[in-house]
Amino acid sequence: MTLTHYLVLSGILFSIGAAAVLLRRNAIIAFMGVELMLNATNLCLVTFSRMHGELTGQVLAFFVMVVAAAEVVVGLAIIVAIFRTRRSASIDDVNLLKS
Amino acid sequence: MSFTAPEIAWGALSPVVIVLVAGIVGVLVEAFVPDRARRAAQLVLAFGAPVGAIVAVAALWDGVSSSGGTDVLDGSLLVDGPTLVIQGVIAVLTLLALLVVADRTATGEDAFAPTAASIPGSDYEELARRKGLTQTEVYPLLLLATGGMMILPATGDLLTLFVALEVLSLPLYLLTGMARRRRLLSQEAALKYFLLGAFASALLIFGVALVYGYSGTLRYSEIAAATGTPSALDPLLLVGAVLLLVGLLFKVGAVPFHSWTPDAYQGAPTPITGFMAACTKVAAFGALLRVYYTIFPGLQWDLDVFLWTVAIATMVVGTVVALVQTDIKRLLAYSSIAHAGFILTGVVALDEAGISAVLFYLLVYGVATVGAFGVVWLVRERTVPQASTDVAADELAEAGDEDLRTSVLGEATHLSQWAGLGRTHPALAGAFALFLLSFAGIPLTAGFIGKFAVFSAAVDGGAWPLALVGVLSSAAAAFFYVRIIVLMYFTPAPGRDDAAVEPSDEDAAPVVESRASDENAAPGEDVALAGADGSSAVATLVAAPTATTTTTVVPSEGLAAVAIAVAAVLTVVLGVFPTPVLDLISDVARFLP
Repeated sequence: MTLTHYLVLSGILFSIGAAAVLLRRNAIIAFMGVELMLNATNLCLVTFSRMHGELTGQVLAFFVMVVAAAEVVVGLAIIVAIFRTRRSASIDDVNLLKS
Repeated sequence: MSFTAPEIAWGALSPVVIVLVAGIVGVLVEAFVPDRARRAAQLVLAFGAPVGAIVAVAALWDGVSSSGGTDVLDGSLLVDGPTLVIQGVIAVLTLLALLVVADRTATGEDAFAPTAASIPGSDYEELARRKGLTQTEVYPLLLLATGGMMILPATGDLLTLFVALEVLSLPLYLLTGMARRRRLLSQEAALKYFLLGAFASALLIFGVALVYGYSGTLRYSEIAAATGTPSALDPLLLVGAVLLLVGLLFKVGAVPFHSWTPDAYQGAPTPITGFMAACTKVAAFGALLRVYYTIFPGLQWDLDVFLWTVAIATMVVGTVVALVQTDIKRLLAYSSIAHAGFILTGVVALDEAGISAVLFYLLVYGVATVGAFGVVWLVRERTVPQASTDVAADELAEAGDEDLRTSVLGEATHLSQWAGLGRTHPALAGAFALFLLSFAGIPLTAGFIGKFAVFSAAVDGGAWPLALVGVLSSAAAAFFYVRIIVLMYFTPAPGRDDAAVEPSDEDAAPVVESRASDENAAPGEDVALAGADGSSAVATLVAAPTATTTTTVVPSEGLAAVAIAVAAVLTVVLGVFPTPVLDLISDVARFLP
């Protein structure tokens, strides 16, 4: 198994995550798509780090995890606030702003 | 295994450190200072921090302009000319925006919900409102966002770039959702901004990963060196570079990554809209300039197609869609998208004149934006009680406090409500007209100099088609700016003149009808809500204009008026005597490699 396999897997996970953000209508699921994208990036970073034989990529992966955690805090706060107001977390219901 | 502690040049970091420390102290103030003194303490911190940052930038200026800049934290941050210019511009704009944020109406209402955690329309929210709770957390959030913005253009490696981008964005997502009025719109805007923002930063970090995979380093200068040698991994670099630029273009609000802009700008509390429209754009363009000029000059031939397409699409879409807007905040949002396109032409130019032109344009655009949103914040809807229609609309100052509290609603954002403002409130309308003229790029306003600088930089850089599209869409954009000015000065206010002459219920009708026909207006929202969720608590959220509403200017503590006046003066001064500032910027507008 070569390192390329990890990169392909990372690409697939990233695409699944992006598709979830763009296609799924539930805010929580869309948000999980973002998390999947970030974790796919982590896999990619760690693989490249191994490929180059140095640690920068792994350090960056740690930073990505911390940022993802911070994003969860902010994101869930917003989604919960909306859910308590509307009893729904669907993005389709959130449609007051339209051009 | 031993670690060597890096040498940190704290002096060169001082503008950023001052702002971030003030933000963190602000968080502690929230925890330990008693309720009554909290606002005063926060205001001292919030105004002190940007002033301190401006002083720090001024103190660093001479050293940097003679030495060309230093790298700090082992090259993670680069303190050079463009960094200092952008940090200075952000500090000035933050100071102006803070004046609007800190302003309160005569009844002590600021722009933010009494407690953002309360359910809109609930008893708890009503109680919090009556007790006069305020959310002073706004100030530390704003300072932390400012800190992120000041780091972003100074970054020397991709890790710092990513972290700074998040530090900038996360507080803004929260601030967007904290409006006092129209809270559903505000929360919805926050959700959209957050989801799309998180998506964009995921794209950016994947781009960073690919660029790292190509070059094996995160440092800009080393990546630039690696791009010189062709290798089998070139596609990796190209895709990575495009994803990286997409992440930044998203923050800038360039088409096709602009879809969050109108929603977030419309839903956010208006003072915050002014802040994020001005300062985020400055910071993101600063980073974009540095990334494009220091990492990817070797890729210019490959990236030009992408950036040219984005720039042209941004200018055209921003202008055309703005033409049909009926909501003032949305209109300003689309106009800011068009401006992002104009600034991009200067970025794409890829020459030295381009850097200083973009920096000057950012200053000019930011000042006018903060001022314009300050005006929007002051222009409010006011209910005219059915029982006493003979109260003229602008006798507001004489009305009692409780009357003011109940009768003054949210911002009058529909364009038709701005009709006749030039007669009732000439000074405010005059300032707004000045900002619009500056946006349009009329000579003798700062906007003209800015546009002239970026377009001539684009022509010098060989991007004359971009400059041509820019000039044409500026001409088209002038139409809708002038339309607002005509509306304010030459259209009588609906109902108002009649109401004074003949106070009857009939003259209420046209106003109500015109509002009901508009999708964005409150009645439409009300229906949509009742359809989505029948509970009465939700249905009362959006203040339904059962009585007729008129447009008025809310009496405030005057801070916003100061911000508007300063912005207006700057717009004129930079338009008439731009040379000193232009020289100052072009003297130092060179990136540290």
